[in-house]
Amino acid sequence: MIGIEHYLVVSSILFVMGMLGIFLNRKNIIIILMAIELILLAVNLNFVAFSAFIGDMTGQVFAMFILTVAAGEAAIGLAILVIYFRQRGTIAVDDVNRMKG
Amino acid sequence: MQIFAFYLFAAIVLASGAFCIFARNPVHSVLWLILAFFNAAGLMVLVGAEFIAALLVIVYVGAVAVLFLFVVMMLDIDFAELRAGFMKNLPLGLLLALVLVVEIIFGVGAWQSSGMGEATAAVGPPAGAPSNIEQLGALLYTKYVFLFEAAGMILLVAMVGAIVLTHRARGGVRRQNIADQVARRPEDSTRNTQPEVGKGVEL
Repeated sequence: MIGIEHYLVVSSILFVMGMLGIFLNRKNIIIILMAIELILLAVNLNFVAFSAFIGDMTGQVFAMFILTVAAGEAAIGLAILVIYFRQRGTIAVDDVNRMKG
Repeated sequence: MQIFAFYLFAAIVLASGAFCIFARNPVHSVLWLILAFFNAAGLMVLVGAEFIAALLVIVYVGAVAVLFLFVVMMLDIDFAELRAGFMKNLPLGLLLALVLVVEIIFGVGAWQSSGMGEATAAVGPPAGAPSNIEQLGALLYTKYVFLFEAAGMILLVAMVGAIVLTHRARGGVRRQNIADQVARRPEDSTRNTQPEVGKGVEL
């Protein structure tokens, strides 16, 4: 029988995989954005699993809001990526110092 | 059957997540990401969250992944240069990831064996309960209606922001200016002249 711990293990492995993706592809911001999507997917999986196993729908409502924010984040991130590429001709992010932040 | 489906979906979602971050070609990365989303949607269907699963397929696969694919293919990027340092970071990264995942799994195991996980018993809705989407709608439009509006606002702001960021005014094109057209008066554009006989009009 599949219990909640199975879901928790799958989503934690997925979460760590997303973190590993950020760590390994530090220069390529497209892969970093995809890794962030993987992390948010793992979080969503956790929310849905808890919601189903506890029998409280709030977790699924919250997963929907996470989905909304993730979609907005991807759109804004890719827009920033496009204008950065227009200015610099590359997307290497380890020497981003344009804004002197 | 449910156990088989769970292990199938879980194995594919983890494998495609790994291929997504290790793929050499970012287009392949996006395609692996799409596969991961499909299988995560399958995992969500297994616990009875059909609506979130459908949203995952529609929003992520239909919009976000296509957006990624569009950007990857539109920009002319030298990806080989960006992979420098990948192998250098690999051992330390794998070690850190392994430590973290073992810690999290230990945490889950401790939480499970401490008895706090006892309340998590039943899977699937009880017989006669309204469907998943009905329950979600009943909650979303009553208790969480303001948060729902806020989510719509976030999407609006994201849309406006993306357009403002990527829009550029291009020179050398003749754009229609409706205000100018409406404000145009006959006096500005016509004039009466009295040319002498036999001569033309200077324009």
